[in-house]
Amino acid sequence: MTSHDISRRSVLRAAAVLGLAAPGLAACVTAGNNGGQSSSSGDKSATNPFGVKADAPLEVVVFKGAYGDDYVIAAEGVYKKQFGGAVIDHKGIQKVGDTLRPRFVAGSPPDVVNNTGAGRLDIAALNQSQQLENLDELLDAPSWDDPDVKLRDTLLPGVVEDGTYDGSFVRFNYAYTAWGLWYSKPLFEKNGWMWPQTWQEMLELCEDIKKTGIAPWTYQGKFPEYMTDPLLVMAVRGGGMDLLKSIDNLQPNAWRHESVKAAAEAIAELSGKGYLMQGSEALSHTEAQAAWCQGKAAIIPSGSWLEAEQKSVTPAGFDMVMGAVPSLGGSRLKNNAIHAASSEAYLVPSQGKNVQGGLEFLRMLFSRNAMKDFAKSVGTLPSVKGATDGITMSPALSSVSEAVRKAGDDTINYRHRIWYPTLTKAVDDSVAELVTRRITPAEWVDRVQKAADDLAKDTSIKKYERK
Amino acid sequence: MSVLTRPVERAAAPAPPAPSKRRKRNRGYGFVIGALAPALVLHVIFVVSPYAQAFYLSLTDWNGVAGKANFVGFDNFERLAGDSLFLDAIKNNLLLLLLMPAATIAIGLFLATMIQRGGSDGRSGVRGARFYEIVFFFPQLLSVAIVAVLWGFAYNPNNGLINGVLRAIGLDGLARSWLAEPSLALFAVMAVMVWSGVGFYMVLFSAAIDGIPREIYEAALIDGASGWTTFWRITLPLLRDNVQVAFVYLGMVALDAFALVQIMTVGPGGPDGATEVMGLSLYRTAFEYGKFGYASAMGVALFFGTLVFALVALRGNKNRTELA
Repeated sequence: MTSHDISRRSVLRAAAVLGLAAPGLAACVTAGNNGGQSSSSGDKSATNPFGVKADAPLEVVVFKGAYGDDYVIAAEGVYKKQFGGAVIDHKGIQKVGDTLRPRFVAGSPPDVVNNTGAGRLDIAALNQSQQLENLDELLDAPSWDDPDVKLRDTLLPGVVEDGTYDGSFVRFNYAYTAWGLWYSKPLFEKNGWMWPQTWQEMLELCEDIKKTGIAPWTYQGKFPEYMTDPLLVMAVRGGGMDLLKSIDNLQPNAWRHESVKAAAEAIAELSGKGYLMQGSEALSHTEAQAAWCQGKAAIIPSGSWLEAEQKSVTPAGFDMVMGAVPSLGGSRLKNNAIHAASSEAYLVPSQGKNVQGGLEFLRMLFSRNAMKDFAKSVGTLPSVKGATDGITMSPALSSVSEAVRKAGDDTINYRHRIWYPTLTKAVDDSVAELVTRRITPAEWVDRVQKAADDLAKDTSIKKYERK
Repeated sequence: MSVLTRPVERAAAPAPPAPSKRRKRNRGYGFVIGALAPALVLHVIFVVSPYAQAFYLSLTDWNGVAGKANFVGFDNFERLAGDSLFLDAIKNNLLLLLLMPAATIAIGLFLATMIQRGGSDGRSGVRGARFYEIVFFFPQLLSVAIVAVLWGFAYNPNNGLINGVLRAIGLDGLARSWLAEPSLALFAVMAVMVWSGVGFYMVLFSAAIDGIPREIYEAALIDGASGWTTFWRITLPLLRDNVQVAFVYLGMVALDAFALVQIMTVGPGGPDGATEVMGLSLYRTAFEYGKFGYASAMGVALFFGTLVFALVALRGNKNRTELA
């Protein structure tokens, strides 16, 4: 086709038609009603605290990833036993966001959503658009196992805080994730290596490891956030919860705290001394973790999902365990303080047709039995206390469980990484530059502080406050 | 009387066939409309309407899940101008636009010429031309996701194919962390784009060269023209239209590049924005940051960028060379 085929007039005519049609067509994307239908309810009682209508259908949509959806289906069995007439529509899917976004916009979401995985929905945006039910009522309801104990009191520390957006608790996390540094226990025992408590000991250990021809550390260079984690843990241990708060609240010069710079220097030192496996900066998580499982590197930063993720490539007798990040000295928190947070977000959409049923279903899903099944089948810590009591755990899961127990209330959880994804990206991009030593620790601090300042000034981004 | 009646009779006489004729003509239109309507309706619903919606959304602050969007005027476009990551993306897309189509077309032309006229006599292709034609076309059969994953493996600094080959032939010094060095990463991505595109354009150009009358080459060879001269004076001028179309297509690929960057690169879009492209910024803004309004503004900017490019690229079509 040549440009002569299209006359100027025909282009104009087409443009005019487009211009006329545009407002009409454009209207359809946001034409959903936001009023929502009030969901029908039955009578409340001690065993039915939300007043679920027994014959109301319930739609449950779950992300079907590494954890599967068997534990959800089991809980649906319990729900059906309780409410004989209820028909449950269960969907185990991958792309939660793509599937449910139009339904939220149209005002007809399902009753329960597990919003997890790549391409999940933005919970902050959902909350701002009044699409989510406040779950306070659920927290204050009696727990499934013991009517005298509120559901709120069965949870691990941080679960309520993690699920609170803008003062309302809308996100109920099912799993509990702890972050740390991972190593093969038999490898360390064979060489007589002890897990270091201080950074000085870590550097000495790295020297010893290097002598055996193994790279002391590797990391998932393609996704630099893995390396951000030990850095932030060391920084917050030194600066305490006050530092964490000032960082989360975007206070001026929060990142210029001396312990942040010290942590950046420590991370830069690792690569400066040649303790990182060569080429790590270009490896994906699968590649770096595979190299680590093959014994090419001794230590790797990751979270408690690592065992499940590596299942198919871990050699027998590798027995991975998680160690806490060592302290830089002058720690204001326990030396055992770790980064831990809850994950696997469950939501009850406020425009669902059976909101009461959704709440009641979550009460069943967060029962001790369901949690125990979950811990047993997927090898992950659930977000209620004592769920792993009395079950045989793998070395990995018991090391995570032990680390969470030792940390007690000193768990570190950064809110800014959830609230401000643009800051998160700026921090992680800079960490990659720091680890590859293209920028110095001082430049790293400058860059991150500037990103935080720019964000604080940006009026188009909603700000939150950590109290 | 007769004067009056005749015209009436005349008018009356041909009258009967008229309705049927009209009906026939209407049937003709009916067929055309019937044939076009389904396609047109689909086009309006799935192409025109999303475009229109994107234009409208680019003027709002829609977050992707709300039932309503607030009108914010041109705020999103003003923000775009100050968004350093997006400006990086534009720079990278322009660099791709500058180099990738030219490299792909040059290599494609070279291979096509070799396949059609590369033999020692200058009249036929190199030995095994058919084989090369098929082999070079292979990448075209792979989906872009597979291409990205395979090249991701090849670029692995420790056990990847490229560093492996370099080390095997003793060039250890040239082994690099291809996708993790800011100065190399974009070129590493570009190389993959050229690799995966070259086969298609080779086939396109090869078919076009095949269509050039052989006598022209014969005459030139008899006059003592070298292979180089016949390429510049005969092949290239007569392939002008094909090259131009190839340039438009490749330009659009260069302005996109989303899939390769998303799958292959560090970050993705890194290291430190070195491989950021507009499509990736758009995707991240919409699906990770939940700012669909702002992302639509990026999409609209990309739309106009591509449109301007296509118009400029097609303008050069005026002085075309026709076969006599």
